[in-house]
Amino acid sequence: MGTPQTSSDHGQMDLLRFATAGSVDDGKSTLIGRLLLDSKSIFEDQLEAVEASSVSKGYDYTDLALLTDGLRSEREQGITIDVAYRYFATPSRKFIIADTPGHIQYTRNMVTGASTADLGLVLVDARQGLTEQSRRHAVLLSLLRVPHLVLAVNKMDLVDWSEEVYDKIHKEFTTFATKLNIPDLEVIPISALQGDNVVTRSENTPWYSGPTLMHHLENVHVASDRDLVDVRFPVQFVVRPKSDEFHDYRGYAGQVAGGVLKPGDEVVVLPSGMTSKIQGIDLFDQEVAEAFPPMSVTVRLEDDVDVSRGDMIARVNNAPKPSQDIDAMVCWMTNEPLKPRQKLQIKHTTRTARAMVKDIQYRLDVNSLHRDQDTKELGLNEIGRIQLRTTVPLLCDPYSKNRTTGSFILIDEATGVTVGAGMINNAS
Amino acid sequence: MTTTHADYQLSQLDQLEAESIHIFREVAAEFEKPVLMFSGGKDSIVMLRLAEKAFYPAKLPFPLLQVDTGLDFDEVLSTRDNWVDRLGARIHIASVDDAIANGVVIDDGKTSRNRHQIGTLLNAIEENGFTAAFGGGRRDEEKARAKERVYSHRDEFGQWDPKMQRPELWSLYNGRIHAGEHMRIFPLSNWTELDIWHYIDREQIEIPSIYFAHERQVILRDGMWLSLSDAVQPVGNEQVETKMVRFRTVGDKSQTGCVESTASTTAEIIDEIAIARVTERGATRGDDRFSEAAMEDRKKEGYF
Ligand SMILES: Nc1nc2c(ncn2[C@@H]2O[C@H](COP(=O)(O)OP(=O)(O)OP(=O)(O)O)[C@@H](O)[C@H]2O)c(=O)[nH]1
Ligand SMILES: [Mg+2]
Repeated sequence: MGTPQTSSDHGQMDLLRFATAGSVDDGKSTLIGRLLLDSKSIFEDQLEAVEASSVSKGYDYTDLALLTDGLRSEREQGITIDVAYRYFATPSRKFIIADTPGHIQYTRNMVTGASTADLGLVLVDARQGLTEQSRRHAVLLSLLRVPHLVLAVNKMDLVDWSEEVYDKIHKEFTTFATKLNIPDLEVIPISALQGDNVVTRSENTPWYSGPTLMHHLENVHVASDRDLVDVRFPVQFVVRPKSDEFHDYRGYAGQVAGGVLKPGDEVVVLPSGMTSKIQGIDLFDQEVAEAFPPMSVTVRLEDDVDVSRGDMIARVNNAPKPSQDIDAMVCWMTNEPLKPRQKLQIKHTTRTARAMVKDIQYRLDVNSLHRDQDTKELGLNEIGRIQLRTTVPLLCDPYSKNRTTGSFILIDEATGVTVGAGMINNAS
Repeated sequence: MTTTHADYQLSQLDQLEAESIHIFREVAAEFEKPVLMFSGGKDSIVMLRLAEKAFYPAKLPFPLLQVDTGLDFDEVLSTRDNWVDRLGARIHIASVDDAIANGVVIDDGKTSRNRHQIGTLLNAIEENGFTAAFGGGRRDEEKARAKERVYSHRDEFGQWDPKMQRPELWSLYNGRIHAGEHMRIFPLSNWTELDIWHYIDREQIEIPSIYFAHERQVILRDGMWLSLSDAVQPVGNEQVETKMVRFRTVGDKSQTGCVESTASTTAEIIDEIAIARVTERGATRGDDRFSEAAMEDRKKEGYF
């Protein structure tokens, strides 16, 4: 690759996860292909394969989307069906890209890709402007609290690099975005196909003074997007070696979901409410002085309290309240609609329970953001606000405070398939 | 106690490690009978290292499963034995030769060993009733793999259906399966080849010596250097040559090529990979080069 990571600090780089979004054919996969190509992250054999298949399909140019559209049916239909994960690094950052499908039928795959993203990259075809699907994706990114958003006005080559077209889409989107939760927005005019303003600045857009896409991706500040205040440690696994050497060892393994844990801290174990102190925090065979998100560690407590998978360790004066009544936004992801009184399995942090739908409060119209309160059910790819009652208490926070302790998935009890994604507003 | 992180930043390699450890623990907690598919290559060794870390000081709560192709490199088998001894791990060996002898897979004389591994593997999973099988696949390896979930559902026939993958949100993995089905688990999904090498370098862990440059008798076939062995002999006007080479992936001897190299340390390998122009599979795996969808097809059938 052309950006050698020969220095020993490859491991030390930071990480940015971003996801593409937007309507079918707006150029998402082409843009990712372009980013990979211009950052010299494409290998010769990969490029040759794509060039050869573009030729055999009779295209005039190399179809860069073929670099990420890896499934046979995707190449046949020329659309993206499922998320593709791609990776590249510059000297300062490693990037994990989720290239998601624009087709409405595959919205659940877009949500899959966007759920872990630090940044959402919404593409719009300059000729078409905002479509219902670009709005839906912007709404989803905002609900998922993806903290940074880029609107890439693509195919500028097809509108003669018109500043007016760019301005119009820019305005239209900012007006729409005021009703959403989008803390950071950047709007960039590009041509994914020709590479303008992707990695190198375009001579076709003298009226644009903002950053290129790559420059923005390399510099957007993501470190402050975590919660380092409220300690949340969902217990995943109890480590009990039962060996002679570690006869009495008992550790609680998990990944820190919030706050900073230190030995000596007074903690409470939920839902039992028992208190103890942290005796030590182990990272493999080392003891560490602190643990913070997203570290995976093993916590030992001073007292022999009863702790098992699904429990949560928090601070005595700062703990989520165990609750069986959950108020959440859900994105429904299966053909059979969600209905009141329906029973589902729910997985929240390391806890799995059953849940019943008590009420569907409203369905959100993604175009107008109108709340339809007369709705009786939520169909495939619809978003709405619901009330759930769970069989056991969940230890949750509002999603706006913590993306880990505020999220859950719903699973169909018969098929075992994931059918809903939930973001908690409130628990009472 | 060690370092304090004043700025509470985790490097990207530490983030990958934390994510993988999380996955191991989820699977160990939620599945009745997991198993780790161990090939002896660098990726499965990194997997083993992460599993070791996830459960330390306890032993691995699951066994290893290795498919013995009968054509494995000796260096790979001896490294495997060292790891298994040190961890006190249990290991199942599923032999392709036995599977052929027992009629579990049919050898038509045309199909590569790599394909016979599929039947042998699926049979071993079914016979032992494993419900989850960890694999060392990485999404950066190949574009069909780039599409796969961390938890990848397999039906009763061990098949992957790329058009019906379950949504996979946040780090909330859904491990629900029906009787007879199993889940493939890919804890290294987000690691790149370079990440793997940096990790091996950082952790100072043992990998098979054939990854490092050494002199070897080789034959040039289909643009790939193959090692002279009982399975690979010169045909036609092929010449046996002696070269400084190393392997970028390890598979069976008849399929896995090596590359000319003088890199004899992990640091030198990292330098070499960072400027490589061809993917590891494109360079050295004959089995992936047949068609644009070679990997997807094998994955659908139940390949690693
Ligand atoms: N002229 C021009 N064409 C473009 C540009 N970007 C993409 N295209 C073309 O638009 C078509 C669709 O591009 P894709 O990248 O497949 O679109 P997509 O957004 O990934 O589509 P889905 O993943 O199916 O939603 C292809 O024919 C591209 O070559 C651009 O900047 N200019
Ligand atoms: Mg696409």
